[in-house]
Amino acid sequence: MKPFTYARATDRADAIAQGGNATYIAGGTNLLDLMKLEVMAPDKLVDINRLDLAEISGTDDGALRIGALVTNSDCAADTRVRQDYPVLSRAILAGASGQLRNKATTGGNLCQRTRCYYFYDMAIPCNKREPGSGCQAMQGFNRIHAILGASDACIATYPGDMAVAMTALDAQIQIEGADGETRLVPIQEFHLLPGDHPEKDNILAAGELITGVILPPPVEGKQIYRKVRDRASYAFALCSLAAVVEMDGETIASAALAFGGLAHKPWRDPDVEALLVGEKPSADLFGKAADQLLADAQGYGSNDFKIPLTKRVLISVLKEATDKGAAA
Amino acid sequence: METTELSVNGKTHKLEADSRVTLLDALRNHLGLTGTKKGCDHGQCGACTVIVEGRRINSCLTLACMHDGDEITTIEGLGEPGNLSALQSAFVAHDGFQCGYCTPGQICSATAMLEEAKAGWPSFVSDDLEGPDALSDEEISERMSGNLCRCAAYPNIVDAIRKVAGAKS
Repeated sequence: MKPFTYARATDRADAIAQGGNATYIAGGTNLLDLMKLEVMAPDKLVDINRLDLAEISGTDDGALRIGALVTNSDCAADTRVRQDYPVLSRAILAGASGQLRNKATTGGNLCQRTRCYYFYDMAIPCNKREPGSGCQAMQGFNRIHAILGASDACIATYPGDMAVAMTALDAQIQIEGADGETRLVPIQEFHLLPGDHPEKDNILAAGELITGVILPPPVEGKQIYRKVRDRASYAFALCSLAAVVEMDGETIASAALAFGGLAHKPWRDPDVEALLVGEKPSADLFGKAADQLLADAQGYGSNDFKIPLTKRVLISVLKEATDKGAAA
Repeated sequence: METTELSVNGKTHKLEADSRVTLLDALRNHLGLTGTKKGCDHGQCGACTVIVEGRRINSCLTLACMHDGDEITTIEGLGEPGNLSALQSAFVAHDGFQCGYCTPGQICSATAMLEEAKAGWPSFVSDDLEGPDALSDEEISERMSGNLCRCAAYPNIVDAIRKVAGAKS
């Protein structure tokens, strides 16, 4: 690990004042891993663990605010989250291990970096680690890589589960800046596609601090998180799907579908959702939805399997979500 | 250098160490508590699991200086020869190890895991999010998936944990 100076922030203003030329550390489960490999080498760490951001609280308009320092464990086990946002509990419980979930925080998890093997390997060029140096994943081992929204510069994926569920739930992220102002960013606008700047994972500017995540008031419908991975536990998603689907009698009233493991960000496709709404569930309809989702999908060799896999995951989850026989 | 006060197994230690020192290295190299093991050093194997403020964590993925004032329990704090904890005894009785390297992490992890289950936390394999009434073998395996055993003593590890989980409920 490269040397760095360490400072413990006493409050938010103190953290943000120091944050401009520093990296925040909360759980540290991803950051310290990357610092040991020197993939990340901040000059200064600002420890935000003692800030007052570890509460889950209801808001006046029926939403639920998850403080940025709420651990993954506490979020998944919270009675309100379990009751009203089960897809979020399920997604968090599908990720990492008990030990990691006890340390990983809501804000930090949003900033989790890719698990692309080449990003982690300092001996090999990587456009995300060192812009302009090249990408070895495109012609290399790319089993875990993107099939949607990739660019000529980068085919890495966002690896997390929590943010995928939050995307299906239309969460908003609270971000406090150097001016002391808080902005609310829809989670779909938080993570970026790689484009020409794969080094930027998300929209956070220097010194900006995530303070919380707002989950909109609970919605009706069935919530499902399906994760497909190489091991039964403690592995990143090859494909995951967070679904919130509401039926109106025989037809689909609404469908929020967010995918993990397919792109540089949790992936939502409004055209797919629009295609489903107002229709009666059928194998034909689900097949069309999958074809729409994957119309522009591109494999790079080892990850070609993700295209048929994703199709099957979507069809399977839609069947479960619209099956009137199953419990809500 | 950072000055950090750590309360480990009920005893307070004042640590003077570089900011880069992980909690794992502080325990082993600075405090001489070598029961906690370094496996992968990247949070993938669980050998370094300790209990901090009541929660099991990977001590390799956290800095010692981040834990000023924290209460830490290591394998040495759970029991000692002649006075083993229930899980330590159960691992011996059920032969829950071969080489033993992952065992301190397994036992620290299981100790805190049983508390999580008692608090009603659900897991990925729980049928509903109310949390399970009793820990099935599937529940134990899922909840312990952050602790690898390269000797593959898993069936006996599950036996040992089931024995203690059953005795508690």
